[in-house]
Amino acid sequence: MVPPTTTNPSLSLTEEGNEQTLYQKIGGICIAIAVLSLVAAISGVGGAYSFLLLTIIIGMFTLGVVSYALPYYKGPAGIRNNGIMFKTMTNRGTIAWIFAIVLTGFYIIIYWFPWMFEGLIRIFDPLSRLLTNQPANQWFMYGAFYTLAVLTMGIRFIGKNRNSRYHVIRTFSVMFFQLGFAFLLPMFLKKLNEPEFYFSYFWPLKFSYLFPSDVSSLINSGSLGVFMVFWGAVMTFIATPILTYKYGKRWYCSWVCGCGGLAETAGDPYRHLSDKSLKAWKIERWMVHSVLVLITVITILLWLNSYYKGGILGSVSGPFAQWYGFFIGGVFSGVIGVGFYPIMGSRVWCRFGCPMAAILGIFQRFKSRFRITTNGGQCISCGNCSTFCEMGIDVRSYAQKGQNIVRASCVGCGICASVCPRGVLKLENGKEEGRINDKPITIGNNHITVNL
Amino acid sequence: MPQHIVIIGNGISGITCARNVRKQSNDDITVISSETEHFYSRTALMYIYMGHMKYEHTKPYEDWFWQKNRIQLVKDYVTSINVNGKNVLLQNGASINYDKLVIATGSVSNKPNFTGINLIGVQSLYGMPDIELMNENTRGIEKGVIVGGGLIGIEMAEMLLSRNIHVTFLVRENFYWDNILPKEEATLVSNHIKEHHVDLRTATELKEIKGARKVKSIITNEGEEIACEFVGITVGVSPNISIIKNTEIEADKGVLVNEFFETNIPDIYAIGDCVQHRNPPPGRKAIEQIWYTGRIQGETLAATLCSKKTAYNPGPFFNSAKFFDIEYQTYGKVNPQQGENETSFYWEHKNGRICFRAVYRKDNEAIIGFNALGTRLRHAVCDKWLQEKRKIDDVMSNLDQLNFDPEFCDHYEKEILSAYNKQTMKNIKGKKRRKLSLFNW
Repeated sequence: MVPPTTTNPSLSLTEEGNEQTLYQKIGGICIAIAVLSLVAAISGVGGAYSFLLLTIIIGMFTLGVVSYALPYYKGPAGIRNNGIMFKTMTNRGTIAWIFAIVLTGFYIIIYWFPWMFEGLIRIFDPLSRLLTNQPANQWFMYGAFYTLAVLTMGIRFIGKNRNSRYHVIRTFSVMFFQLGFAFLLPMFLKKLNEPEFYFSYFWPLKFSYLFPSDVSSLINSGSLGVFMVFWGAVMTFIATPILTYKYGKRWYCSWVCGCGGLAETAGDPYRHLSDKSLKAWKIERWMVHSVLVLITVITILLWLNSYYKGGILGSVSGPFAQWYGFFIGGVFSGVIGVGFYPIMGSRVWCRFGCPMAAILGIFQRFKSRFRITTNGGQCISCGNCSTFCEMGIDVRSYAQKGQNIVRASCVGCGICASVCPRGVLKLENGKEEGRINDKPITIGNNHITVNL
Repeated sequence: MPQHIVIIGNGISGITCARNVRKQSNDDITVISSETEHFYSRTALMYIYMGHMKYEHTKPYEDWFWQKNRIQLVKDYVTSINVNGKNVLLQNGASINYDKLVIATGSVSNKPNFTGINLIGVQSLYGMPDIELMNENTRGIEKGVIVGGGLIGIEMAEMLLSRNIHVTFLVRENFYWDNILPKEEATLVSNHIKEHHVDLRTATELKEIKGARKVKSIITNEGEEIACEFVGITVGVSPNISIIKNTEIEADKGVLVNEFFETNIPDIYAIGDCVQHRNPPPGRKAIEQIWYTGRIQGETLAATLCSKKTAYNPGPFFNSAKFFDIEYQTYGKVNPQQGENETSFYWEHKNGRICFRAVYRKDNEAIIGFNALGTRLRHAVCDKWLQEKRKIDDVMSNLDQLNFDPEFCDHYEKEILSAYNKQTMKNIKGKKRRKLSLFNW
């Protein structure tokens, strides 16, 4: 884990007199009520009052977040990052650490000790029965909370970035895909006794969709299952390269994906915590591509094994896949990926672990029209772009040289272009030629002529 | 035999020079600064105060960069320059010999001689110490006054507002910054300042600052007393030439240099804010205290230091700023009052927050400048068209190439063109271009 950066004390400022506004007080009270109700539910009183408790939790949580977000909707639209570096919640302070521990604990319990949440899961029964005709399990509860977080924090994000239509549309998109494709639709399929399929996740992120076991069970489940296999294969092998060529990685990572959706909404207050160092970039490249190689090898092994009816690899590949699912699918994407939001930033999983991001990144780097164009010599090296890049890209290092940003990890969220006080950055899908421009000198200086 | 290049000042000019020397040569490089150990972006100071960033975020290069590129950093203050012995003396008593010396000491805030200027709570804003002081001075206060309607003044207003401090903004001119901006733009920005609930007092000057130890109020030239706990003095900057005061290096307002940034003493050069050009390039000022100018000068001098003697030859002028939520860009020459052979086309959106101006010559209709507020222009295109002296009609029919606004933004090219046609009684048509769309490749 990356240790929190230490500051030179003489140069770090603290803000005094940061009075809480009325909205924040109301928001705080609502969220406190929601948390108390959660604790009550966990303790087991949920069974008898499940509908009431569920309504209170969802209602108060929504009200609380919206109340916090209201100030963003007031006054002239613009960039409002005031005080982010002073607040204990967003600056790796005590509250941030407590929040990180609670979040991580939540994930650990859900993965390995779900019985501890029995009381909480039970209050989701009415909702689960309505959507799936079945009682809730921990994953239904998790999906409901996840969607609630994306929706409510999405409202906050839209308010904060309402000066940019790109962000407004993009956020509606992730909210839509999370609610519709990653929650309601799979639950509805369950109700119809069809396979619980997520049309917005593909191999290798949803690795099992191209595992022989999943494919055969889907195909055996009927014609809709056959379509699901077909959909998964088309999205992985045909749509992904085409869409990434035209729009870059962003079509998925910051418009559709649920992990990205959570990072863009609930994770937004922590986006500046990503590590921008060159060292982190090196670690990132090794890790994310290793995961991609790993899951590719596992998938191939599983198919070989299935083809030879277990004759070659016998019992090796099955546990190997389980092991991957446990460590990468569970520990990495969940516990570390989300649990560590308040400490390491919102895109730890996407940056260091997601094999889908790795594939999209390879396309984006080598065969795509997408780039972030730098506006000539207008960069003032202030550092807002790099600071608020959730993927830890040192955007400024390109911008101040007048170079376009073409990086495998860029998810095209567009925040760098918004926080730039000089309008230097622009996300574009343009011609491939001249996309990577390694300029020796920035525009504005005529003393050097370049022979091209 | 590598020479030793000593640079005084680790701002954008000095550091750009050091970096570009390293790219081209194997010389020894030493950069001396008393402000901070590492190069940081001065333009980002306001964001440190506002809590958008911390000091470490404002450093454009990681700390290992300097050693790796063999640029030696010395955190100390140069007390004197020994021109004959070719060395500089540091406050800690050490001396450093140089083969070539570059003075890049930047500027200092102007401190006019008002009664009460030395009271606690009265300050200007230039460097890191000022930010720390401002943090102290504004702790828990409710009211501040800012004196001087320039770029630092409006930044300071935004900074104070970020901490819920009420701002009264005294501006000598009739509109904010109208000694640089034409009246329409200055009006637009002034309105936006008021939109942020800043008490903007135009055509108002400071007469006196009152208080015992700390500032209590100010008196305007109209005799009005305004209670305040903080006074920001932002009445411009002057070249920082204190260290050459007792040397033979010639200076007027700034260190005097020729087009090669040579001072009157051999092997001593000066670049950046501290410089005053003996022969400024055509259309440019002798003292030009702009980030971009400093960078370009650093690049140019690096070539000379690496034995490719190169004259200062900046391309068309450009600059940018942000007034609260409204971005500003300017390219070429846009005077507050148009010159004799100049005319201009101005368009403003009905929301009063977006505008565009193109200045061109009356005789041959060649473009000479652009202003944009609330909309972004493409630097490469502006630079090219200004150098090519494009005709205004040609500019107006290719406005889409000029635009740099984000995706999904509203576009105003048609509206601007029809306003132009209406104003000039012309019938220019926009060039049709095939756009990259969803279905074509």
